[in-house]
Amino acid sequence: MKQLSQRLLGPVTLALLALTIWMGVWITPPDQVQGNLARLVYVHPAVAWVALYLSFGTATIASVLYLWRRTRSITVDRIAHSAMEVSLVFIVLTLITGSLWGRPTWGVWWAWDARLTSTAILGVFALGYLALRRANDDPELRARRSAVFAILAAVNVPIIHFSVQWWKTLHQGATVFTATRSLKIHGSMAWTLLLSFVAFSLAYAWLVRARYRLEVLRSQTSDESITRALEQRRAEGVR
Amino acid sequence: MIRTAWLVAAKDLRIERRSRVLLWQVVPFGVMALLLCGLALGPQRAGRSTAAPGLFYIVVLLVTLLMINRSYAVESTPGTRASIATLGLDPAGVFLGKALALCVELWLASAVLLVGSVLFLHTALHGTVLALPSIVVTLGALAGAGTMYGALTTGGNGPATLLPVLCLPAFAPLLIAGERSFSAALYGGALWEWWVISLVALVAYLALGILLYGVLEES
Repeated sequence: MKQLSQRLLGPVTLALLALTIWMGVWITPPDQVQGNLARLVYVHPAVAWVALYLSFGTATIASVLYLWRRTRSITVDRIAHSAMEVSLVFIVLTLITGSLWGRPTWGVWWAWDARLTSTAILGVFALGYLALRRANDDPELRARRSAVFAILAAVNVPIIHFSVQWWKTLHQGATVFTATRSLKIHGSMAWTLLLSFVAFSLAYAWLVRARYRLEVLRSQTSDESITRALEQRRAEGVR
Repeated sequence: MIRTAWLVAAKDLRIERRSRVLLWQVVPFGVMALLLCGLALGPQRAGRSTAAPGLFYIVVLLVTLLMINRSYAVESTPGTRASIATLGLDPAGVFLGKALALCVELWLASAVLLVGSVLFLHTALHGTVLALPSIVVTLGALAGAGTMYGALTTGGNGPATLLPVLCLPAFAPLLIAGERSFSAALYGGALWEWWVISLVALVAYLALGILLYGVLEES
């Protein structure tokens, strides 16, 4: 059952992404104010959700689990690493899609807006995380330091979330709900938006799983090459 | 914890007093950077620019990076960190001590830089004095954050180049808060709102440092 779900994850993700594109481009109507430009709502918020909350959240939780002695394992460290790497990809996608949306609406590719700036800073944090991992050769030290760094970096996520409320920003506030928690978006647009969140979340899970497996294989290859090198040295000694 | 903090802070400050690295290397670098900022603005604008608080904080960030590197370089001799670990000192106290020493060094360096800012960038003396509480708190937050990030990079490959990559994103909100409160003190505006952000950051970094520093020192 587990293997079947793992095997189906990729095709289901691709199918849902294709369905999102189809519904977003051909089924939903253009927006009254923004016209066809508003179709970016089926990509940008979902990508941002994955980048800021899902993947950064996974990396932070996995990091906390690594630092807690009872749950400390190489598995949670690998999950944190994989999640952070995928998070960086989605942060870049968030900035690109936001920039594509910003140019026609605000007239600029980039604005010194609180949400844009704080998201870019989060991207640098993710880059820093990956740089920190590369800077430490000892696996345990690397895992420990990365976990602490991920927790420190996560402090930025609430700043990004509330930035549109704390500061006067060009970036709009909440997309889906109003301040009284009622829906702002309806009909086929709401369903497509919901579908985009599911599709991109599955895409995230698929990518993290692939990255995790890659990390396991890389570690195995590294162990095998060390064992082989040691055996060769021993054989040289016998001769 | 407090006793350990005093011991570690006194040790770091004693090393600094004897080596005079702050006096002969870091402060001259900061003053030179401030002068370069003035040159970059040009002689006509340097004295009239409202960018002075931002330039002051940019120089402070550069000085902070140097001081963090310095703070951990004194412990880079083989065996030093291991021997500190075997002393059984409370890691939270070690963190607080190192942060306190770094904070004192930053206060001293910034005092000189503030004089430089008044002289070269013509910031008003009254406004500069008014900004002092926010500068003191922001530098405290920088020291707290810097001590954590310094511990993260020490001993790895290329700590001097890794440190800015890790530190600067964390310093960005502090730069904004510090610059805003300094600007408010000079040109009018909400001084205390931004001061509170620095204060919250200070408390948050101290709390995180007390909780997590021990993990970084584990062997």
